[in-house]
Amino acid sequence: MSRNLHALAGIRQLLAPAADPDGGRTPLGHAQADRALRGGLMCGALHEVFAADAAGSGFAAALARRAAGSKRLLWIVQDYSALEHGQVSATGLAEFGIDPTAVLLMRAANATDALRAGADALCCSALGAVIVEIPGNPKILDLVASRRLVLGAQAKGVTAFLLRSEAEIEPSAAQTRWLVRSGRSPGIDDWGSPRFDAELSRNRQGETGRWMMEWCCDDGAFRGLSEQAAHSGAVVSPASDRPAFAPPQRRAG
Amino acid sequence: MDARAAALKLHPGMALASARAMVRALDVVEADPAADAKLLGQIADWCDRFTPFVAIDRFDGLLLDVTGATHLFGGEEKMLAQIRAKIAAQGFVVRGALAGTAAAARALARYADGTIAASGEEAKATAFLPVAALDLEPRDTHALKRAGLKTIAQVAGRGRGELNARFGKTFVFKLDRALGLGEQPISPRRILPDLLVEHRFADPVVAEDFIAGTLLSLGRSLCGVLEERGQGARFLEASFFRTDGVVRHIAFETARPLREAETIARLFRARLDALADPLDPGFGFDLVRLAALHVERLVPESVGLGARPDEDKEIAFLIDRLAARFGSHRVLSFQAQDTHIPEAAAVAVPAQHAPETKIAFEPRLAGEVPRRPLRMMEKPEPIDVMAQVPDGPPLRFRWRRVLHAVTRAEGPERIAMEWWKNQSPQPTRDYFRVEDEAGRRFWLYRDGLYGREPFSPRWYVHGLFA
Repeated sequence: MSRNLHALAGIRQLLAPAADPDGGRTPLGHAQADRALRGGLMCGALHEVFAADAAGSGFAAALARRAAGSKRLLWIVQDYSALEHGQVSATGLAEFGIDPTAVLLMRAANATDALRAGADALCCSALGAVIVEIPGNPKILDLVASRRLVLGAQAKGVTAFLLRSEAEIEPSAAQTRWLVRSGRSPGIDDWGSPRFDAELSRNRQGETGRWMMEWCCDDGAFRGLSEQAAHSGAVVSPASDRPAFAPPQRRAG
Repeated sequence: MDARAAALKLHPGMALASARAMVRALDVVEADPAADAKLLGQIADWCDRFTPFVAIDRFDGLLLDVTGATHLFGGEEKMLAQIRAKIAAQGFVVRGALAGTAAAARALARYADGTIAASGEEAKATAFLPVAALDLEPRDTHALKRAGLKTIAQVAGRGRGELNARFGKTFVFKLDRALGLGEQPISPRRILPDLLVEHRFADPVVAEDFIAGTLLSLGRSLCGVLEERGQGARFLEASFFRTDGVVRHIAFETARPLREAETIARLFRARLDALADPLDPGFGFDLVRLAALHVERLVPESVGLGARPDEDKEIAFLIDRLAARFGSHRVLSFQAQDTHIPEAAAVAVPAQHAPETKIAFEPRLAGEVPRRPLRMMEKPEPIDVMAQVPDGPPLRFRWRRVLHAVTRAEGPERIAMEWWKNQSPQPTRDYFRVEDEAGRRFWLYRDGLYGREPFSPRWYVHGLFA
């Protein structure tokens, strides 16, 4: 009986389509970004998303959705993040084009727990992607910790994402680094799809760049803006005299 | 009261002044009931090695249900002697007795130390005990003494109707129990396991590897029994009994019935690694026990071509491992709820205990932009708002001390509260999706309608769109 089961499992493995025909890359759907990434986001690697505002969560979720394919994804949120930026909402995920039943949520008490849970989760090949949310710059998240995540991601092919908010950029072993802020809607009355002003500031495999990317919730893919929208002044040229990425200033009230 | 105090003719309940007068060098320590209770709890934990059924009796006694366990210790006499000797060896003064009912054993232990009453002979054994052994109200004990009834036999000799009329029903029940005529269930301190396996060591063990190996071999024998019964464990507990009497219990739950010894051992390892205060063997453990506190039927899995059973199993194992390490309440999965109230429309429940649900998430409308924010505040945060018209969207708002100028707004989406559920009326909410000058999108609502509901409307941020 058990021999039959093994044989069956073997046959199923043969019949199943390869998880990634594209050699471990998943195209994002945005032509220029995919060109810079040599075909798409590398699966089984670590990617960093630095968030200036809530758009970062959406961008990381969208990337994880692309990378996970039909598999489930785990989102590790620290208690502090949930208070500061809100908890990940199931109805929000559904509206964003991500099936909430395919998402596991883990609440971590601190950065140490979050990283440890992330390392644990990367050992589970049934997961498609893991998002580890780390606010600020905790000491525990250093080059060694990020390399550990990279090795974990490579071992089982689970794609790892570090979602950083209120954080300074620091050296890491990540494959790509994205700086993300909300993109303005075009016209006055047009309330469009989620829109990201995304800068690929580090890419181990190719050029960097900065694009306006729109997430199409129905297709679960990114797309560029139409010509007209692109010229509406939504994209600003990167500044050369100051850090390209600074947290929004807070005014004393 | 130990023998030395008795020799000095001291007794409980005497006035401090008279005790001081009798013994000049008396060392007085204030009573600490909390510490006493804690110590008694530790002794009760230690007694777990004799039977899992241990109950606390008042503030100074323990009841052990040893039904079916005596043969493991060489019979009733040997077991009682062993319990008494081992507790005495730890420096306690101990009295003990064994009888067919809890009340009889209790009375004998307190007033006839060392008695073993054979089943059915409780009445004979307790006959000459003082009435105080009946565990009565002080008032009733006093009344019996005044009536000249000094022993249980004398009380038992009176008519039941007479006693019932004078002292009430409870009294008669207590008497019957002490005579072995009725039984009162005792409630154990800990959950009684469905199954347990244990390993006793002749010499205490300390080595971590050896303990891990023991857990694995215990897991194998437990799984063997589970397999015979067609069951799997959902709630497992390992108990480590130290030679010096300290007992440590380590438990974890699983997402699905479990019957694999290797997985059990691995989950225990994850749990042990994550302990804030690590397992301290001290001078060594002399007993390790593995108990399945809760078991469930485990249906052999059917292998379907389309399904992905391996994937589900791996996910369940991941959930178990994370829960063992960080707590079951931290690993969550989402479930839809049958309500339109935004904050209640979905709940995050512990993934290990997620019940089956028939309610599905509302599918998104094709071509529609997200109507609900990706991140929702756990508690809506109040904001200061400037609106152009009372019923319209805000022009500007201040949230967490930052002023946001609204450039685009969508709404209102009017959501009425569930008036059929709440006693006090709750204000209707008007929700707006707004975008500020930097493109950040917020989900705001106004609590209450202008001029229509008896509240002054307030504004809140409820969520952030991606």
